[in-house]
Amino acid sequence: MSHSAVDVVVVGAGAAGMAGAVALAGLGLQVVLLDEQGSPGGQIYRGITLAPLSRRDLLGPDYAHGNVLAQALASSSVRYEKGAAVWQVTRDHQVSYLRDGRLHTLQAKAVLLATGAMERPFPIPGWTLPGVMSAGAAQILLKSAGLAPSEPVVLAGCGPLLYLLGWQYLRAGVPIKALVDTTRPEDYWRARRHLFAALRAWPYLRKGLELMRSLRSAHIPHYTAAEQLAVEGDEAATALTFTVAGKAQRIESRCVLLHQGVVPNIQFSQSLRARHYWDADQLCFSPVVDAWGELDVPGVFAAGDGAGIGGAQAAALQGELAGLGIAQRLGAIEAGQRDPRAATLRERLALNLRIRPFLDALYQPREENRIPADNVMVCRCEEVTAGDLRKFVALGCAGPNQAKSFGRCGMGPCQGRMCGLTVTEVIAKARGVTAEEVGYYRIRPPIKPITLGELAGD
Amino acid sequence: MSQSTQHALQQREQGVIESDVIVIGGGLVGTAVGYGLAREGADTVVLDQGDDAFRASRGNFGLVWVQGKGHDLPDYSRWTRSSATRWPGFAEALMADSGVDVQLRQPGGFHMCFSDEEMLERQSRLQTLQDALGDYPFQMLDAADLKARLPLIGPTVVGASYTPQDGHVNPLKLLRALHTSAQNKGARFYNGVQVDRLDGSAGEFCVTAGSQRFVAPRVVLAAGLGNPGLARQVGLYAPVAPNRGQVLVSERVRPFLDHPTINVRQTDEGTVQLGDSMEEVGFDDNTSTHVLEAIARRGVATFPLLRDVRLIRAWAALRVMSPDGFPIYQQSATHPGAFVVTCHSGVTLAAAHALRIAPWVMGGAMPDELGVFAGERFLTDKVFSHAH
Amino acid sequence: MRTDPLFQPVMSEVRSTRTVTLSFNDQALEVPAGISVAAALLMSGIHRFRATPVSESPRAPYCMMGVCFECLVEIDGAPNRQSCLIEVADGMRIRSQEGARDLIFQPVSVQAVEVQS
Repeated sequence: MSHSAVDVVVVGAGAAGMAGAVALAGLGLQVVLLDEQGSPGGQIYRGITLAPLSRRDLLGPDYAHGNVLAQALASSSVRYEKGAAVWQVTRDHQVSYLRDGRLHTLQAKAVLLATGAMERPFPIPGWTLPGVMSAGAAQILLKSAGLAPSEPVVLAGCGPLLYLLGWQYLRAGVPIKALVDTTRPEDYWRARRHLFAALRAWPYLRKGLELMRSLRSAHIPHYTAAEQLAVEGDEAATALTFTVAGKAQRIESRCVLLHQGVVPNIQFSQSLRARHYWDADQLCFSPVVDAWGELDVPGVFAAGDGAGIGGAQAAALQGELAGLGIAQRLGAIEAGQRDPRAATLRERLALNLRIRPFLDALYQPREENRIPADNVMVCRCEEVTAGDLRKFVALGCAGPNQAKSFGRCGMGPCQGRMCGLTVTEVIAKARGVTAEEVGYYRIRPPIKPITLGELAGD
Repeated sequence: MSQSTQHALQQREQGVIESDVIVIGGGLVGTAVGYGLAREGADTVVLDQGDDAFRASRGNFGLVWVQGKGHDLPDYSRWTRSSATRWPGFAEALMADSGVDVQLRQPGGFHMCFSDEEMLERQSRLQTLQDALGDYPFQMLDAADLKARLPLIGPTVVGASYTPQDGHVNPLKLLRALHTSAQNKGARFYNGVQVDRLDGSAGEFCVTAGSQRFVAPRVVLAAGLGNPGLARQVGLYAPVAPNRGQVLVSERVRPFLDHPTINVRQTDEGTVQLGDSMEEVGFDDNTSTHVLEAIARRGVATFPLLRDVRLIRAWAALRVMSPDGFPIYQQSATHPGAFVVTCHSGVTLAAAHALRIAPWVMGGAMPDELGVFAGERFLTDKVFSHAH
Repeated sequence: MRTDPLFQPVMSEVRSTRTVTLSFNDQALEVPAGISVAAALLMSGIHRFRATPVSESPRAPYCMMGVCFECLVEIDGAPNRQSCLIEVADGMRIRSQEGARDLIFQPVSVQAVEVQS
C-alpha cells in the first residue's frame, strides 16, 4: 500500500467537491480530489465533460453549468484521481482508496467529504423486479450514455427530479406513458407556509412551474394523489398498479421509474461516528456541521448534498465555504480575508436554499412509501421484509444494529444504503418512538468493497 | 407480540416487577442462562440494554471450540468439553423451542501453524491435555497431510492441529434462537434497560432501572463488561475488562470449506469470516487498518484463493475478558442467591450455561468444574495473563 | 435472456462511431465505446443481470451509481463486479452472476486452477 502526505483530501468530484478542491488549490494548498467515476461531475453533473453538445442541450442549462466547475478543476493544481474508490476515512484524516487494483493511503491535515446524495429508497411491492429503476438511474443513463426508454415509460413518485426527467424526456421525444404523482392536496396545503419564501426564490419557482406546464401541455396522463403503488410482474416488471381516490388503476409498462427525493449519502460521516441529526422535514439523517461544514470530528468537513440536501448550486457554494474554512484552519488564509469572501458566499447560499423548505414540504414522501406493508422487501441484499423487521421488534429488537443480528438486515454488499432509512422508520413506528431515538446502522469500513488480496497487500 | 412481552409491558406500567430470578444481561450468556432457567420452570426476567450497547454477543466468530483450551487449567477443558458434547441436544432444543436452526456443525476443526515452533507448541499443549484428561483425541498434520484434508490450503502453512470435537454455529441465529426460545418458555425480556442499582441481601434482590424496579430471590449477573460494578453490590468480585477482537467478513461464496479453522471459517450463508486479534485498547470498538491488514494477510496465506474475494464488512467487538482469560462463575457467599456468570466464549459454553449453570442457579448442585472459577482467585498479587 | 431493449439511444444523439464488441453469456454484442457495462447491457436487451444468493430472484440495475449493488455481473472471470461503475472494453466477457460467487477466480487468459477435492 502506498502512503503519502498531502494538505487536504476531497472525497467526491461533484459540485461541492470540485468547488471545494478548486478553492483550496487556489489558496495554495496541496489538494487531492478522489472520485470513483471515470470523469468529474458527481451525479448531478454526471458525464458533463464527455457529453456531446446535443445531450447537454437536451439536459438543460442547469446541467450545462457543471462545465464551468469542471473547467475550473481542469485548470487548477488539484491532483484529481479518477476511478479511485475510497474505502476508509479515519478520524486521524487518513484516507484509503482503491485505484487500478492497488490500495493507497493519504495522510491529510483535513478531509472534505463531498459524497453527495443518493435516491431515497422507494419500498413498494415489486420494487426489486428488473425493469424498476430510480428516476436518477434513468437520468444517469441519459447523461452518461445518451440512453432513454425505448417504450412508453411510467414515472412514479414525487419531487423535482422526477418532473425534470419527464421534461428532459419530452425534449428528447421519449414517450411517457404516465406520470403517477403521489403528491396530494394536503401536501400543497402543508407547503403553503413556505410559499412566501419560495416566491422570493422566484427563479427556481418559475423554472419549476414552466417545467410542470410543459409536462401538462404535452398531455401526459398525470395521476395525482396516487396511493398503494405496486409493481406487478414475476421475473420482471410488467405494470404499475395504484389507486386514485379509491379507484384502482393499472398501467402496463416494462420500465417503471420511481423517485421520491434524494437523501444525503452518509456512509463516510457515519463511519467516522460523527454526530447526525434526524431532519424532520427531509425525513433523513444528516451530519451535524458548523458554519464551515465541519463535523464534530475535528478536521473533517462535509459540503454539498452529503451534508444536507440543497441542490447543485448550493453544493458548490458550500464546497467553497468549506474550502475557506479548511484553508484558514491550515493557515493558508487569515480570518480577516476569509470572512468577507465567506459572507458573499453565505448570501448566495441563503438565496439558493430559500426554495428548499417549500420543496421539502410539498414533496415530502408519503409514509406508505417509506414505511411499507409487511410483504414488501426492505433489505434488498439480504431479502428481509418489513414484516420480518416488525417480528424482530416484537422479539425485542430495539434498533437497526440489532436488526442486523436478528436477521442479517443491512449486512449485504450495499451496507445499508438501500435500506437504512426504511429500517430506522419501520422500527421507530413499530416501537412508537422517534427516528432520532432509534438511530441508524453502525457503518464501518470498507465503505466500498476491496478484496482480501488488496487489503493484504498482495 | 409474544404473550410474555405483552405481560411484561403490563407489569412495567405497575412499577415493580416480581419474578423467581432476574438475569441482568441479554447477550449470549444472559439469554442462554435465561433459557435454561425458563426450562427449569423458573419465572425468569431478563434485562437488556439498548441498540447501541457494546454487545460482545454481536461480535462473534461462532466457533464451538474445544481444542487447546484449558491446557493450563484442566477443569476449563472439562467444562468446555461438557458444553461441546451437550451442544447437539441443545441445538435441537432450540430448534424445537424457537423454530430457528442455528446451523450447528461439529466436523472437527483445524488450527493452522506457520512455523515449526508453532507446531511444537500446539503439539505440547494438546499432549498435555490428553495426558490430563485421557480421552482427548487430536492429530498433528504436516503440510502434506493437511493438503490432503484441505486441498485449498496455502503453501506457507507448515501444518495444523486437528481435533474432531470442534465445530461452529451461526452466532447471530443462536442469539435470536435463544431470545425466542427463552420467551417461548415464558421468560420475560425487558429491553432498553439501564440498570442504576442492584440492592439486596440473601434471597431478596432488587434491581432499579430508572423508575422500574425488578425484585426476585435470585439474580444472575450476565452483564458482560457491566459486571464489575454490579458484582460489588452483592459481594462478588468480577474484574473483567474489554479485549478487542477484529473480524473481516467477505461476500457470499459458494461452499468451499466445511471445517472451521481458528482464523477462517465459512458461514452457513456462504460468507467467509476471518479473524482475529486480541487488543487491549479500552472501550474502543473501532476497527484499525493495520490489524485488518494482518488478518487479511493471514487469511490469504491460509487459503490463497481468498485473495480475490471481496471484503464486505469489518467489525470490532470487545470481549469480556477476565485477567486469566477463564470464566468467572460464582455464587455470592455474602449474598446467597446472587450469581455472576461471565466468560468470553459465550458460544462454545452456551450449552453448559443453559443446561448446567441454570439448574445450579435454581438451587441445584454446583457443577464440579466450577470450583476453580471463583472471582476471589484474582484477589492476589499474582500477575495474570489471558494469553494462552 | 435477451428481449427487446428497455433503453435505446435518444434520437437527438449523433451515433458514436466507435464501438466495442463484447459478449454476455457467450452472446456477442456490439455497443458504443465509453459507456458503462450496465448501460451497454440494458441497451442490448439484457434484462436480468443476476440471481440473488438468498433466493435466486432475478435482479437488474436500480440506481446506476454504485449504491444498490444490483448490477453485479461477472466480468472476465471476476465475479460480483458493479457493472455500472465499469467502462466497456473490447473483448470483454461478461456473464450473469448466478447466486453466490465461486471461490475460484478463473481469469480468461489463465489456465483453470486444478483442485483435488
